Amino acid sequence: MPIELYLNVALGGVLTGLVYGLMALGLSVIFGVVRVVNFAHGEMMTLAMYAAVMLFVYFKLDPLLLMLPIMAALFLFGYAMQTAVINPFITRPEHSQFILLVAIAIIMINSLLMFFGPNARNVLVDYAYDSYQIGPILLDKVRVIAALAALAVAAALFAFFRYAPTGKAIRACADNNRGALVVGLNVKRLYALTFGLGSACVGAAGCMMVLLVDVTPMLGPTYTLLAFVIVIVGGLGSMGGALLGGLLVGVSEALAGLVLTPSAKSMVTFALLILVLLLRPQGLLGRKA
Amino acid sequence: MTSTSSKSARRLPGVTRRTFTGSAIAAAAVAGVAPFNIVRGQAAALKVGVILPKSGPQAFFGQSCQRGIDIAPALLAEMGYNVKLDVTSVDFETNVDLARSRAEKLVNDGAHVLIGPFDSGAAGAIAQVAEQKGVPFMINIAAAPQITEQGYKYVFRNFPTAPMLIGNGLSLMKEFFKATGATPKTAVFMHVNDTFGQASARGVEALFPRLDMPFKILETISYDPAARDLSVEVAKAKASGAEMVMLVSRLNDSILLVREMVKQRFEPMGIISPGSPGMYEEQFFTTLGKFSEYCVTNVPWYNPKSEIAQKVAGAFRKQFPNDRLIGHIFNVGFSFESMMIVADAYQRAKSTNGQALAEALRATKIDKRVMIGGAIQFNEKGQATTIASAALQNRNLEPKVVLPAEAQELKPVFPVPGWNNRG
Repeated sequence: MPIELYLNVALGGVLTGLVYGLMALGLSVIFGVVRVVNFAHGEMMTLAMYAAVMLFVYFKLDPLLLMLPIMAALFLFGYAMQTAVINPFITRPEHSQFILLVAIAIIMINSLLMFFGPNARNVLVDYAYDSYQIGPILLDKVRVIAALAALAVAAALFAFFRYAPTGKAIRACADNNRGALVVGLNVKRLYALTFGLGSACVGAAGCMMVLLVDVTPMLGPTYTLLAFVIVIVGGLGSMGGALLGGLLVGVSEALAGLVLTPSAKSMVTFALLILVLLLRPQGLLGRKA
Repeated sequence: MTSTSSKSARRLPGVTRRTFTGSAIAAAAVAGVAPFNIVRGQAAALKVGVILPKSGPQAFFGQSCQRGIDIAPALLAEMGYNVKLDVTSVDFETNVDLARSRAEKLVNDGAHVLIGPFDSGAAGAIAQVAEQKGVPFMINIAAAPQITEQGYKYVFRNFPTAPMLIGNGLSLMKEFFKATGATPKTAVFMHVNDTFGQASARGVEALFPRLDMPFKILETISYDPAARDLSVEVAKAKASGAEMVMLVSRLNDSILLVREMVKQRFEPMGIISPGSPGMYEEQFFTTLGKFSEYCVTNVPWYNPKSEIAQKVAGAFRKQFPNDRLIGHIFNVGFSFESMMIVADAYQRAKSTNGQALAEALRATKIDKRVMIGGAIQFNEKGQATTIASAALQNRNLEPKVVLPAEAQELKPVFPVPGWNNRG
């Protein structure tokens, strides 16, 4: 097979991996601070995808233009969910939190099924079929735009946590919860803000993902699982790890399809997960417990 | 810990816990059995359990088949079938394990006959249940050959097996090239890796040399029908340098494939399916628009000149005025025929007994039908053998018959125009 083919496929994997990374970033941020595993993560992304589809169908609005409003809506949704439903479970055993979030995921899937039915829906923007040709390299325009947008959102999130006072307070909560309480930080509010930010991330990822794949109500669990794999590979709670994990999964899926057989794509992703768990259980960029 | 019921049982004079429990079980048994006695007493309606994938990746097909089931009772009565059909439809969510449990539940709830399921994997699972319970199973659409090769006595299929489908499809392909005067030298064979796709792939492998096909298969690429992204598969197909794409697909994956081919500027002489769903379905046209044009599928198809097909078309338009018949006719046609076969057998058997119904089904001979082919009959394995295929080419956002010549609506076009030179 010619080298251009490998290059094309690997670059496609990188672009898709960046969107995967952004999706997993939300999960990682939430777990890193609140210490709650969001089992409804993929379902929240599906929610954002449906919002983008409906707004595109009725108002012809490009999902990229819708990214900010959908991120805001998901932020509010996540904030409200953490305040009203998850906060009372914070001190309860982990299995209670697990069941709560699985229940929320099931309710979301079935609500989407009731409202939208099982058929796949998609957004067909004007540039859906365009691609950039650079010598022998052919890049899908939609993928390039989605990846750049994912990078921009991830950079904004990194900057927020590094430079904004609220971001620093959230990091303080994550590093030393008791210390944060002692210095008078409103930890529950910060938890809600974090859950909101993680949800906003997944909202942004949904706006980009809807340009790449068709959405059905049953899509959520697949992406929840994928986000878990990425976050575990990258390192639980590590933002950089989530992006790196996304890239690795994107590229390995793509190259496995080419070198082995397309049917083996998911198999290779899980093989990567097992390898990381065996050799570096804390994940590639994770800290040892 | 003492339960409330046992406390109250203890308070009743002369009623021991044992007699109380025994009475409760007896009462429950009577309550449970009574409805069945009432139903048996009426004995007029044939309980038909329909199992279809109405959600999940094959949701469109399941819902499309359901339309054929929905129009059947009234239309069959109008056609003179003097039987009452009590239809219960369930969704197996495109999940084979659920298909099995849904079939068991339908039978436990009193279904006399099962119909479905538009999926070979699910058909295999339901067939086992039907055989164990002695309830006839009428397959509307499912092509894996092994389903009717197990020696089952209660399983009947009014649909070609994958080798029959592929054999007809490959033969039509040769005629297609002859009619257009253009023959590709090479092809890449892409197929889904579910039960149907693998049965079709085995059919291609076995029949290809035997039918002396005029082109060579350079590469075979199998993929997951629920795949979210087929960019790698298309890149691989393009890199093979093949002149034609031979495709065995489902619906969502066929849309993804064409979309990727456009993006990757892969322009083969054409995309031809030797016999699979996807490219003639309504959603294929609505999603892809002009890029859905010129794709070719060789499949069993409805006979627009048949009297029953016209009645089915009329009933469909009346009941589903917002749907385009042409996007559903394949699923509707076979599903309606299944209901017709079952009604016909019940009318002759005059019984809801599984064995009597199975014997009546085995003796089926229905001359007038919806689909192209000879009279509906089953061989000793329960397999229909007279269903023919037609070559359909997507033209003006509709599948049109281009072969065989006697049913031709438009002349075939091959090689097809480039992606940017369409409508």
